Amino acid sequence: MPVKIMATEQRITAFLEGEIDHHSAPEIRNEIDDAIQMYKPKVLKLDYSDVTFMDSSGVGLVMGRYRALTPFGGKIIVSNLSYSVYKIMKLAGIEKIAKISQREEK
Amino acid sequence: MNIINDFKLTIDSKSVNEGFSRCAVSAFATQLDPTIEEISDIKMAVSEAVTNCIVHAYPQSVGKIYIHCSILEKNTLKISIRDKGCGISNVKQAMEPLFTTLGGERAGLGFAVMESFTDRISVRSIINKGTTVTMYKKIRGRAIL
Ligand SMILES: Nc1ncnc2c1ncn2[C@@H]1O[C@H](COP(=O)(O)OP(=O)(O)O)[C@@H](O)[C@H]1O
Ligand SMILES: [Mg+2]
Repeated sequence: MPVKIMATEQRITAFLEGEIDHHSAPEIRNEIDDAIQMYKPKVLKLDYSDVTFMDSSGVGLVMGRYRALTPFGGKIIVSNLSYSVYKIMKLAGIEKIAKISQREEK
Repeated sequence: MNIINDFKLTIDSKSVNEGFSRCAVSAFATQLDPTIEEISDIKMAVSEAVTNCIVHAYPQSVGKIYIHCSILEKNTLKISIRDKGCGISNVKQAMEPLFTTLGGERAGLGFAVMESFTDRISVRSIINKGTTVTMYKKIRGRAIL
């Protein structure tokens, strides 16, 4: 499973895993959208600690979840990005719709 | 420019091959001793071009994607990704950031990623004949660090 979801009151954290591309994005999207419909969270946190690769399909994934959350006024946090995923998020201007932060490098 | 080393790969336009194709190109590129950042730049650019063949060039069918990768002089990697699909009517417009003909969850950023993560890109396309995307990237490598 490329995503594990943890839900508490008003907050969902989705731990993404592995490579996010056009092939893997639909399954991740469906899992997260099911949780959004169920919990209608105020905050959706996407955790990229275990993401090893992402292309622009992953940008579409964040933009789509932003749209899914807007009806209940939810916010997105995008955290623990590797340097290269951070670069593509910046290129896409994702910081305009979500709070984004890089991984602590060991 | 002289070709120092070179490989060709033909794959079906199935999404499961996106990971395979970007890993094949980046594995070939390791002989240039790239940095981790350069490897991920190459993977992203290849992933974008191959995904475009799968979703745009052959929208209703499975076609062939032709990947040709060469190492040129001065540590330059040349990656060419070609399809025999529907072609692009207006290449200049297609390459503009956020432009997409598919909507849904396509971000319209594929060409923007290819442009910013390689040194040079050229796109040749003929309607109903296909599209060739050629990218060049000079690998500065770890030796310099
Ligand atoms: N190989 C291709 N064959 C046909 N059309 C293409 C191809 N590559 C790109 N396109 C066109 O260019 C547009 C922009 O591509 P891109 O920047 O990758 O954004 P996206 O894939 O998100 O739509 C696509 O929406 C499509 O219309
Ligand atoms: Mg694309």
